[in-house]
Amino acid sequence: MTTDQLTTPSSFWNDTGKTGIASWIFSTDHKRIGLLYFYSTFGFFLVGVLLGLLLRLELIAPGRTIMGPETYNATFTVHGVVMIFLFIIPGMPGAFGNLIMPIQIGARDVAFPRLNLFSWWLYVIGAVIVLTSLFTGGGPPDTGWTFYVPFSARTGTNVSLAVLGVFTVGFSSILTGLNFVTTIHRLRAEGMTWGRLPLFVWSIYATAWVQILATPILGITLVLIMAERILGAGLFDPGRGGDPIMYQHLFWIYSHPAVYIMILPAMGVISDVIPVFARKPVFGYKMIAFSSIAIAAAGSLVWGHHMFTSGMSDTAILVFSFLTFIVAIPSAIKVFNWVSTLYKGSISLEAPMLFALSFILLFSIGGLTGLILGAAATNIHVHDTDFVVGHFHYVMFGGTGFAFFSAMHYWLPKFYGRKYAEKPAIVAWALMFTGFNILYFSMMVLGLKGMPRRYYDYLPEFAPLNLVATIGSWILAAGLIVMLVNLFRGLFWGEPVGSNPWGGATLEWSIPTPPPTENFEEEPVVTHGPYDYTKAGVP
Amino acid sequence: MNHVAHKDYAGAKLGMWLFLFTELLLFGGLFLLYSAYLSRYPHEFAAAGRDMHVGFGTLNTVILITSSLLAAMAVTAIQRNERRNVLFFLGGTLLCAITFLFNKYLEWSAEIGNGIYPGSPRLIKGPPGESVFYSLYYLTVGLHGLHVLIGGTLLAVVAVRVKRGTVHAGDFVLLENGALYWHLVDLVWIFIFPLYYLIL
Repeated sequence: MTTDQLTTPSSFWNDTGKTGIASWIFSTDHKRIGLLYFYSTFGFFLVGVLLGLLLRLELIAPGRTIMGPETYNATFTVHGVVMIFLFIIPGMPGAFGNLIMPIQIGARDVAFPRLNLFSWWLYVIGAVIVLTSLFTGGGPPDTGWTFYVPFSARTGTNVSLAVLGVFTVGFSSILTGLNFVTTIHRLRAEGMTWGRLPLFVWSIYATAWVQILATPILGITLVLIMAERILGAGLFDPGRGGDPIMYQHLFWIYSHPAVYIMILPAMGVISDVIPVFARKPVFGYKMIAFSSIAIAAAGSLVWGHHMFTSGMSDTAILVFSFLTFIVAIPSAIKVFNWVSTLYKGSISLEAPMLFALSFILLFSIGGLTGLILGAAATNIHVHDTDFVVGHFHYVMFGGTGFAFFSAMHYWLPKFYGRKYAEKPAIVAWALMFTGFNILYFSMMVLGLKGMPRRYYDYLPEFAPLNLVATIGSWILAAGLIVMLVNLFRGLFWGEPVGSNPWGGATLEWSIPTPPPTENFEEEPVVTHGPYDYTKAGVP
Repeated sequence: MNHVAHKDYAGAKLGMWLFLFTELLLFGGLFLLYSAYLSRYPHEFAAAGRDMHVGFGTLNTVILITSSLLAAMAVTAIQRNERRNVLFFLGGTLLCAITFLFNKYLEWSAEIGNGIYPGSPRLIKGPPGESVFYSLYYLTVGLHGLHVLIGGTLLAVVAVRVKRGTVHAGDFVLLENGALYWHLVDLVWIFIFPLYYLIL
């Protein structure tokens, strides 16, 4: 860093007792830890993208194209494990939760800075264990990211080590969650009442509770897989009195709420970006905040909808189906409030806003197809088909992924003091948006026609749409490359930005760019709401 | 980074309570399996439960409740600035922890000697519910034993700090949190004991 702003002694880039790599990997500053999380999780995102592209390339035509069936099984498993456990769950809370949340509540750091650093280290150790599992023992796991028994208990691949890695990453997630809940309860600045918390903080708060309450169940489930494999406990082995459905229940008790760990912070980003670029206070602040909590609560009771074809009782299917529909209510509340915020706003279509607007569309498609899956009757038709894959990529990539890109364009300039170029960013967005829809919409249509998920080979009638989907994946990848080159070129060598480039009213825009180590010269006193542009002194 | 160190007692305790919730949920998964399998195999569970060593279980329950009392007394003692008593009570807690684990060792040795352990030939040949019962028993009690070990280590570290004077009447949140963790270990056992030894 050799820019004027970055050499200001008070900036968090310079003001440190240690030097070199140690000043980063042993730092307890939430901003440095946030950037560590950002680069490590985003690195895994790129690994996951690469594996996804390979999967699509294999599926471009029926029969063998570039890899054999065993390699294909391992590739989609590792794609899922890397994307879910190493990018999307830790990514948003770890990176942007750490970077932004403490500043937005007017705090100097999180409640437990050393625990925060420890969480990142646990994440790295877990990731290293997962990576080790790919190259040792029986080779990379081939079970799918869900590790379903009985296959996961019997396959000769290195499942034990992989689940140990995921267990470690889960522990890191728990510690981040309890750190954030404590921070938001204890370290809000004077005048930062619950009704004045930025909506991103509300979403991180709801997420943190899900991390605390759901992740331990995943922990014990993974321990049980190891017990099955190593001790031969037989708890899920029908021959010994166990029941594989029990495994599915335990797994989804965590993994469905985990979907909300992935999407809630993304919704928070959108709730913060849209009012700024519509130049208008957010519509329905209280309902958006409340719906985050409602999604976290209702989302904890719907795990059974993953198991409609597993042999649950009809009563259970009806109850879980009904509860699933309830989650649609708070989600729709958010969408309606974002759209109402846009109404009669003075909309400025810069890159963060374009990503945020496409989030609304893609998330709506993902959410509504979720209702098709949540209804017991239609679920049986499309269960375990490409429709499911299309649906969750609309929510996870079109939703969380696009929100993550929005956050990168919106917030990273604050920490680097420099900004990307606008035109290439818009080109990148257009490429990604187009490629995304070609790729995943084709998959949904394929699923409706009966193409099963996770299959290595398929009938010739599915060939045309598979070809289209693979071409879509290349357009998406091209857009991603343009975005990354432009964004990082801008962050390191781009045009310098002031303390408030977008005209935001939340606290992070009131401090210098890049932020000083202690964030605030003196503890701020908050006198207005987070979207009150008239009183924030915003031009 | 040179952040100004801030001491937030309420925050530290809030963090600990949240962590204890996660521990309860960790065991919760196993209790959930217990209840599901109990309703499926009531007779096998009852038969297996009658073979448990109630004597060992009762003794260990008494030991853990005593240790929890001693941990609580250590917290009271540090508030009164009685360092010698704090160390005495913590020593007592640790002694209880070690005795508990030793009893567990004797009990498990006896059972393993009888051919009862996860995946043992005797359980594989026996009725399905019996194998499930003992597998759950070993996993739950084993996980609890691991927590006894962690809690004991934590309290030993606190005791060293008390002796060095870094934990004292003006700053004892570490001791308080350590004791809270120990009470959790006790509490989980209070559920394990009746579920596996008494009610069946």
